[in-house]
Amino acid sequence: MMLIDTLAQGLLLGGLYALFAAGLSLVFGIIRLVNLAHGDLIILGAYLILTVTTITGLHPFVAVLLAASLMFGLGWLLQTHLLNRVLGADILPPLLVTFGLSVVIQNGLLSGFTADSRKLAAGAIEAQSVDLAVVTLGVMPLLTFASAVAVIFALNRLFYRTALGRAFRATSDDAVTAELMGIGPQRIFAGATGIALAVATIAALYLGTRANFDPSIGPARLLYAFEAVIIGGLGSLWGTLGGGIVIGMAQALGASVNPERQILSGHVAFVVVLLLRPRGLFPRASD
Amino acid sequence: MSALLQIAGLTAHYGDFQALFGVDLTLQDGETLAVIGANGAGKTTLMRAITGIAKVTAGTVTLAGEDITRLPAPEILTRGIAMVPEGRRLFPSLTVEENLLIGAHARKGNGHWTLEKVQALFPILKERRHNPGTALSGGQQQMVAIGRALMSNPRVLLCDELSLGLVPVVIKEIYAAFPRIKASGTSIIVVEQDIGQALRVADHVHCMMEGRITLSGRPAELSRSAIHDAYFGVSHA
Amino acid sequence: MTPSRPLGLIAAFAALAVLYALPAIAPRALVQDLFGVLTLLVLALNWNTLAGFAGLVSVGQQAFVGIGAYAMFAAIILMDLNPLVGVLIGGLAAAAFALPMAFFAFRLNGAYFAIGTWVVADIARLGISQWKALGGGTGTSLPKGTAKDMAFVDRIKAALDVSSAAAADALTYWLMLTLAVAMLVAGHVFLRSRMGLGLQAIRDNETAARSVGVDPVRLKALVFLLTAFGTGLCGALAFIQITRVTPDAAFSVIDWTAFVIFITVIGGIGTLPGPIVGAVIFYALQRLLADYGTIYLIVLGCLGIAVMLFARRGLWGVFTGRTGIDLLPLTHRPPKSAAPQPQASRRTA
Repeated sequence: MMLIDTLAQGLLLGGLYALFAAGLSLVFGIIRLVNLAHGDLIILGAYLILTVTTITGLHPFVAVLLAASLMFGLGWLLQTHLLNRVLGADILPPLLVTFGLSVVIQNGLLSGFTADSRKLAAGAIEAQSVDLAVVTLGVMPLLTFASAVAVIFALNRLFYRTALGRAFRATSDDAVTAELMGIGPQRIFAGATGIALAVATIAALYLGTRANFDPSIGPARLLYAFEAVIIGGLGSLWGTLGGGIVIGMAQALGASVNPERQILSGHVAFVVVLLLRPRGLFPRASD
Repeated sequence: MSALLQIAGLTAHYGDFQALFGVDLTLQDGETLAVIGANGAGKTTLMRAITGIAKVTAGTVTLAGEDITRLPAPEILTRGIAMVPEGRRLFPSLTVEENLLIGAHARKGNGHWTLEKVQALFPILKERRHNPGTALSGGQQQMVAIGRALMSNPRVLLCDELSLGLVPVVIKEIYAAFPRIKASGTSIIVVEQDIGQALRVADHVHCMMEGRITLSGRPAELSRSAIHDAYFGVSHA
Repeated sequence: MTPSRPLGLIAAFAALAVLYALPAIAPRALVQDLFGVLTLLVLALNWNTLAGFAGLVSVGQQAFVGIGAYAMFAAIILMDLNPLVGVLIGGLAAAAFALPMAFFAFRLNGAYFAIGTWVVADIARLGISQWKALGGGTGTSLPKGTAKDMAFVDRIKAALDVSSAAAADALTYWLMLTLAVAMLVAGHVFLRSRMGLGLQAIRDNETAARSVGVDPVRLKALVFLLTAFGTGLCGALAFIQITRVTPDAAFSVIDWTAFVIFITVIGGIGTLPGPIVGAVIFYALQRLLADYGTIYLIVLGCLGIAVMLFARRGLWGVFTGRTGIDLLPLTHRPPKSAAPQPQASRRTA
């Protein structure tokens, strides 16, 4: 019984990690950009929702819409004015620029909001749960997981069923030939980063309503997200969901043995999977 | 009458290496033009310079009176120049049909070429429309690449080394589509190492060597030895 | 040889002499400050070799600092060894950890390697937090007077006529300074050696380098191991001065990796003097913005981004580009006997 409960909690936690990872996975896949600031951008999204709720009094679930649009714009600007300028054969500049960005965002938040822990208040829904006979699950974790599935499903539709998705895939395959088709990679990349940050804001909503956050916790979210993407296999969005679930379950199991081992267990699961399956659990056929 | 595509004094680089030295070229509306020359003569760089992929350092490219030199590649496509790149360069994660559709990505308005018309031109592309583009044979991939370029309804179609790596019977099958492409009102520039094929299809032939045009004329006017000299730069007579 | 070279060397030796004499002539606070700067310089020299020359952009160097520090603490507290032996053990422990870390992280290509090393460093931090003998998550302190018990401290105390605490500071300072000089010289010699040239060949074109018989993986693994050793030594030495260790402090990505990356990038990544220039600028900024708390981290981050956008070879790269002066050139000069290069054979740009 305990085990089933632990695994169920881990599964739902995996939904949150999949949300952290979905944007990262998209940007890996299309731009081949490893954004070291992804975790800090999620935290920035959480503070943005917090600010919107404070100013307007809106519920976080409504405020997230405005915040996500703003984050989309931020992603677009970031990609056009900063990241597009450092893309190329040399991997160093984009890594160092995004690392610099990570430090700037972290310390910017620190000076703007102090190091105090904050939380998004979602109201009564936070305490509600559903009794499924075998296990009792919180409504919020269930909603998180459902959102993760919905986001991954929507991104997949976008990727494989729309003209924009076709352009994403073509640019990811061969940016020069895509230009010959009239697809400006700069705009495609800007759109991809914009979408990634909008998804990051959805992740931020659940991060902020479930637990406390402060400006320093971004890098750890980057690591979980990265682990989920690599475990799932690069370029596979459903794989990313699977990867998130693996990390979530490993952490839940670790925590049930000793709360201090939660994070370590997730990392260890990542190492083990990568040693056994270097290309992840669900690698894309090509690539 | 002004030319459809006018290239004057075009100089361009391939990496650090200067590949074009003041190339002049004129394409009239409705004409098919062939550029022949040995490997490294600068033919591909010429195509890449016209389409905005190679960096132009001097000279101009004018399309129907508009200076399009140094425009970004997507802008040049929307103005009406499409390319079938060397090596076909299909997108591996797109199906055959998606590869065709992406050719129309930047297209505005209607035109002669539609998915149905391209599939009628090369029926095999309809049959295999759900296959990944790269799962096809070389000749079929070439058909996808041509169809993909046509989907933008170009005024000028640039074909870079269509026959490379294909057996003669397949080359013939591909060039058999040319009359219908011309009939749609598209002007064509083909780059070929296969001199015989180029002479058969073109109204005008230009021969390139070391980044310069060394010989021009109508196929009938050019003697074999003149082409030979222009191609290799030395007379073996 | 440019006429500026001997002059530059003389200036460098003079600066070095002043730096060595510092504990005898300057206040203790300055010596402690400079110890901190030298620590970052040694880390930057190692990271520069790793990222700038071997193309291994690690964001997990804090693993080696932390393991070096904890191994040193273990040697002193659990094995009752001399602190200086402890420092050496710190370096060796870091190198030993680098082996499995490389085995794992080298599976991740290029940019993914960066986050992979970060994950491993986090594993090391969480693993060490479970080590109850060294205080677990809350950490532990060196026994009182450990620094003063180091070899040579008494003699330095007598020679400089200072307190034993100041003498201990002087000793760790000299050791760190010597470590920095040794790293710089070793870096210069290594990069001009066959292996070093192979490394730069890999950086410029891996396939071509492979085709002339350079084994990229082995060479990169070797560099990873050696820089782990240097980073571990540095971490151990730094924590003798700090005297207290916690997992969060010893494995801090900001203190031991972010600063180091910015120093290297701003000074000039892939150039030998770059980290020195970067360390000087870092020190100046730190003094200048000391009262503004987090602002100076924001400034550092922005500076790092600006350098990547506008001057990829950093300030040192801009300097050599403008003046033609290169104090520690890595290119081999053509032999004197060789005929002068005819102008015509030079490729036109």
